[in-house]
Amino acid sequence: HLLNPLITSQVTDTKTRRGTRKGSTSSSSSSSSSVPADPLSSMLDGTDPLSMFAAASASERENEEVSVGADFEPWSSKRGEILTRFTTTEKLSIVSYMSFIHFVTAWGSDQKVKALKIVIQCSKLLSDTSVIQFYPSKFVLITDILDTFGGLVYDRIWTMCSDPRPLPESFTVDDVSDTAKETCLNWFFKIASIRELLPRLYVETAILKCNRFLNKTGIQETLPRLTAMIRGIGDPLVAAYTRAYLCRVGIEVAPHLKDSLDRNFFDLLSTFRQISGESVRSQLVVQRVEIPEYLTLYSPAISWILQCIAHRAPEHLLTEMMERCKKLGNNALLLNSVMRAFRPEFVAARATDFIGMIKDCDETGFPKHLLFGSLGRSLACADPPESERLTILNEAWKVITKVRSPQDYIICAEIWVEFTCRHFTKREVNTVLADIIKHMTPDRAFEDAYSQLQSVIRKILTYFHDFSILFSMERFLPFLDMFQKDSVRVEVCRSIMEVFIKHQVDLTRDPVILNAMLHICKAMHDSVNALTLEDEKRSLSLLIIGFIRMVSFGRDFEQQLSFCVEARATFCNLEPVLVQLIHTVNRLAMETRRVMKGNHSRKTAAFVRACAAYSFITIPSLSSIFSRLNLYLLSGQVALANQCLSQADAFLKAAVSVLPEVPRSISIEGKLRSSENFLLDFVNNFLATLLVIPDHPEHGVLYLVRGLLNMVQDYTWEENSDAKMRVYVSALPLLAAMSQETYIYSVPKVDSNETLYGGDPKFLSEINKLSETLIGQVLDHLKTLGREEYVRRQSTMAFSLFSVLLAHGDLRNNKLSQLAVNLWNLSHKHGHCETRISVRTLEHIKHQAQQPDLTHLTDTVQRLMLQSRT
Amino acid sequence: MSVTLDIRLKRANKVYHEGVCFSVPFVSFRLACCVSNVNVNTFSPAFICFISYTLRCDMRRPLLAKDLSRNCEFIIHCQPQKTKVAPTPVNFTITPDTLENIKERGSLPKFLIRGHLDATNCVISQPLTGEVVVENSDIPIKSIELQLVRVETCGCAEGYARDATEIQNIQIAEGDVCHGLSIPIYMVFPRLFTCPTLETTNFKIGQVCRMTLLISTTDFPRNCSQA
Repeated sequence: HLLNPLITSQVTDTKTRRGTRKGSTSSSSSSSSSVPADPLSSMLDGTDPLSMFAAASASERENEEVSVGADFEPWSSKRGEILTRFTTTEKLSIVSYMSFIHFVTAWGSDQKVKALKIVIQCSKLLSDTSVIQFYPSKFVLITDILDTFGGLVYDRIWTMCSDPRPLPESFTVDDVSDTAKETCLNWFFKIASIRELLPRLYVETAILKCNRFLNKTGIQETLPRLTAMIRGIGDPLVAAYTRAYLCRVGIEVAPHLKDSLDRNFFDLLSTFRQISGESVRSQLVVQRVEIPEYLTLYSPAISWILQCIAHRAPEHLLTEMMERCKKLGNNALLLNSVMRAFRPEFVAARATDFIGMIKDCDETGFPKHLLFGSLGRSLACADPPESERLTILNEAWKVITKVRSPQDYIICAEIWVEFTCRHFTKREVNTVLADIIKHMTPDRAFEDAYSQLQSVIRKILTYFHDFSILFSMERFLPFLDMFQKDSVRVEVCRSIMEVFIKHQVDLTRDPVILNAMLHICKAMHDSVNALTLEDEKRSLSLLIIGFIRMVSFGRDFEQQLSFCVEARATFCNLEPVLVQLIHTVNRLAMETRRVMKGNHSRKTAAFVRACAAYSFITIPSLSSIFSRLNLYLLSGQVALANQCLSQADAFLKAAVSVLPEVPRSISIEGKLRSSENFLLDFVNNFLATLLVIPDHPEHGVLYLVRGLLNMVQDYTWEENSDAKMRVYVSALPLLAAMSQETYIYSVPKVDSNETLYGGDPKFLSEINKLSETLIGQVLDHLKTLGREEYVRRQSTMAFSLFSVLLAHGDLRNNKLSQLAVNLWNLSHKHGHCETRISVRTLEHIKHQAQQPDLTHLTDTVQRLMLQSRT
Repeated sequence: MSVTLDIRLKRANKVYHEGVCFSVPFVSFRLACCVSNVNVNTFSPAFICFISYTLRCDMRRPLLAKDLSRNCEFIIHCQPQKTKVAPTPVNFTITPDTLENIKERGSLPKFLIRGHLDATNCVISQPLTGEVVVENSDIPIKSIELQLVRVETCGCAEGYARDATEIQNIQIAEGDVCHGLSIPIYMVFPRLFTCPTLETTNFKIGQVCRMTLLISTTDFPRNCSQA
């Protein structure tokens, strides 16, 4: 038949791998049909087709589940969990996907009987328990197809009656047309004559909803019958899953019919002795499956049935169920499912009872740590009575700590960490951590349990936001040391840092926190290597910066500085962190100044010089040229504010000497951009600072200004760029400001050139000479721009020089005034000037001219012609 | 083989206009007679096919024109009888000792299966129901199947001939079922393949339900009751 070729390939595959299977056990072939040439290869690439299908059908299924109640955990969420837990071979999902495709095509091409046959063949697969470990996954995949089938049949009959108008959602039997009834009945007759029991049960269950078309009580009568018929299935695992499917469809179609759910469960209980029976045992021997593993295969089915029963069930029913479990000698498998399926509140309230029951369980078969795991899961969401909590923890941990296998141990321990964190103090959590370390260290068992260990950390971080408490747990850092794989380690550190940044509100100087955090940050920092991505570096830096900002030693500035020294040594590879450190130190210096109200004592003066020294030696290690420039300037300003003249001088000199290194283009967010504008910004900023810098006694007049301008002149600017001239033009206001008797701004307690030279004519003539040179340069440049294609640039340039002359020049000087007029004309010569700006400039000059000491401007303004563009 | 009722609806040379409707009054009262006729008149040493009903309409036409003819099959579904038949439950037990046609009784494994059918006289539109319990079995059971068999018996001068045909076979238990747990027997009679039990002086059709136990590899068929 259809599925045979595929199934055989799957079975042989398994056979070669496991070497235990004997021959194919796939169901007998009845008819043969052609299989597409090579369906597997076309299906294997791209996304998993099954999950695509699942995603598509998820939405439609959602609608139906509304009637069950929103608090009911839907099957779709269980489905994925089962598929991942009982990892299925790729082949299996392909088999079921292929059958699904065949089924849909058959249905689409109106071959309903063929479609039915395919569905029957599919459900037949469920009686095959070879490769038993995958049975739950197989169940999931095949019932997906059955669900689709059920939906299609229902929709088809629905559309048959929707002429002339669609049936209302709450239709009765009388609304259904006779032909629709007949068709529906036909489906049921066909299904009733299916020879094998299992397909008959599954397919009839799949179309259970169609009973609505036939009579009012159909579903109500069918459910108990199907429930009873399941007794005919000998294999307990197959039977349990059939029951799960019946319950699943039942609760979807008729959520109010609870009786058959209970019936199913009780039937399940009465067949429980089969699990330890001879046939099961021999099967397990053949397949080499251990009893504990076999038993866990049941849990999804039993849990689902119990969940259906427990949904909105009255308290007494749950109690009754518990009693029944007790009667069965506290069957561990059952107990496990009860704890998983019942409301956590219910379980939590009886936690002590449950622990008693777990203790009474038979140790063979179902491992106890799984039971405690399930209990722990309930206790993580609901609180047991306060008085019992400690006993519960002790009892549970007594068992957990005895678990030998590190894998089993950590799964269970991870669950209980939540309970411990929720209700107890750091002492208990510390004990738990110590125990975990003890179990996971031998043979480096932690290497296989990183995800659980990470989850432990996450849980602790959810409940402990006070880092002084957190780090005072002795075992916390040793616990972190178990994360030895770099990527995991960084991830853990990162999650800790995120919580720290989010929840640490106050600045701290707690040595415990600082040590631990430095340790964590160092781990993050040390993970950076040549291959680390920029983004990664940036985010790590942000986290470390977040920590540095939270550190404060209050008035103990020296300690703060030594912390910065230590941090610089620790985080030397992350540039943003270094930048932050320099800012921190600069702030420290300014803070000192504020505390001393500007008057440094000898001690504080030494301290701020130390700060300056710190910045001075840190800045060169930065690779970003603009960070370096800006920090030099900033640190220079800070040094100046703290009266460290020689330091300030050194900073600015360093900045000037770095200037030639500025590349013509820099990369910003991955794009190459011209650095010109950044450089101009910096130079302007720098010029503004130069005003207050006193000249160095050993160097000549205007030593720094000249130095800067020389650098600007030697710098290889972009071709066809006016940048150099723009620097010259903007240097003119500085020179003008320098020649004033009192400077427009100054730094307290620092004597600027105004005091040094006191308006010395030699100084003034130096300034004048410099200005003339600059203006000469600009004018020369303007001449070179005379060519047709440059006139626009010429106009702009000329106008900006004109503005500077107007604002800062003394236009009483005829030569200057004439120059200004010429520049004005030049800028308007080719009509490239913005008329609006020209008009406003004229208005401004006129306005200025009305002031008593600026009357000379009236002459100038009369000579400025406004040329119309035409 | 079949019964033919020939009813002339139109005399020769009479013209009916379009739109005239014939009511067919004979079907309902003729049916009983049809069925009994079939049984009396048909004799087949093998088995009788399904009873089918067809309407055939012939239209004779004058010379030079072909006669027209049309066949149409229809299905008869009897209304359930008004008088209620009191169900007569029957219990059965299957052990190695109750088996027929067994040569070496000693080699058989021990087992005990009990059960009952809710009625031996079933209404054809209602399913056959009952229960079966595997009390014990030495060897794991593979499958329990329910077989619906039609038995036709014909008497004639030389004695009688009996023939059994499987109508439907459905599985009610698969694998080694839980001992001591009652398993429902539930079989819907196939609509087109079953007929009511009939008994005449020299001819008999009955249905027999046969339960098949598949134990390991051997078959142990066992007649269990007659419906």
